[in-house]
Amino acid sequence: MTLEEGIFYVVAAVTALGGLGVVLARNVVYAALFLIVALLGVAGIFLLLAAEFLAIVQVLIYGAAVTILVLFVLMLTRARDVPQRVDSPQRPLAFLLASALLGLLVTAIVTTDWAALGASEQIHLVPAQELGRSLFRNWSVPFEVASLVLIVALVGAVILARVEEGEE
Amino acid sequence: MIPIQHFLVLGAILFALGVYGVLARRSAVLILMSVELMLQAVSINFVAFAAYLAPQEFRGLIFAIFVITVAAAEVGLALAIVLRLFRNRATANVDEVDTLRW
Repeated sequence: MTLEEGIFYVVAAVTALGGLGVVLARNVVYAALFLIVALLGVAGIFLLLAAEFLAIVQVLIYGAAVTILVLFVLMLTRARDVPQRVDSPQRPLAFLLASALLGLLVTAIVTTDWAALGASEQIHLVPAQELGRSLFRNWSVPFEVASLVLIVALVGAVILARVEEGEE
Repeated sequence: MIPIQHFLVLGAILFALGVYGVLARRSAVLILMSVELMLQAVSINFVAFAAYLAPQEFRGLIFAIFVITVAAAEVGLALAIVLRLFRNRATANVDEVDTLRW
């Protein structure tokens, strides 16, 4: 086992355990903290895939902004006062469905002949400059649409969440 | 070298965990967190395909960037809706919000 493989297995285990914590933790705040672990693990996976720009974006947006937002909403909705029952009664069914889906996906992945599809043995480095050039030249319209989506979503969020006059 | 299957299996595990979380949790915030897990799984798949299958075009990387952007917008909006829900109904559990249920 090479060093790279060892690092991959450690990071993948951390990510999967973090994800497991998110869906199994009894305390909602612990679930949010496990989410941070899983998201940082995914950033590590991006690094192993030689996508260093995405890894940085992942840490900045998910590791910081999204998790802080989630923790804030947990605080504002007084998650700790909520009784212990955080799981719905359809839990066994959910477990069955999720494991069936996992089995299906893993079977599909294992039985596919990736070499025939042109999968290379090596990971190719993508320089961040190339990525930026492509983003602003070939993909500039989706980029602008994405910025529009962001502004509309954030203005909508402000309007939805603010306390109106006469309320409370 | 790490074969591509390893990354894809990790993505499948994360996605299955997300599906389980969405179906098994009651709190809207926890459901949202599980959705985030599923989006992360999809991002891993996109980046793995970009790195192994089409290294010259890196469309997968571009797609992953847009996934992260839209996910950020989605989280902001969804959490605002959860806050509004909590203010109106004093609960953030999805099974207690059943006014429209037949």
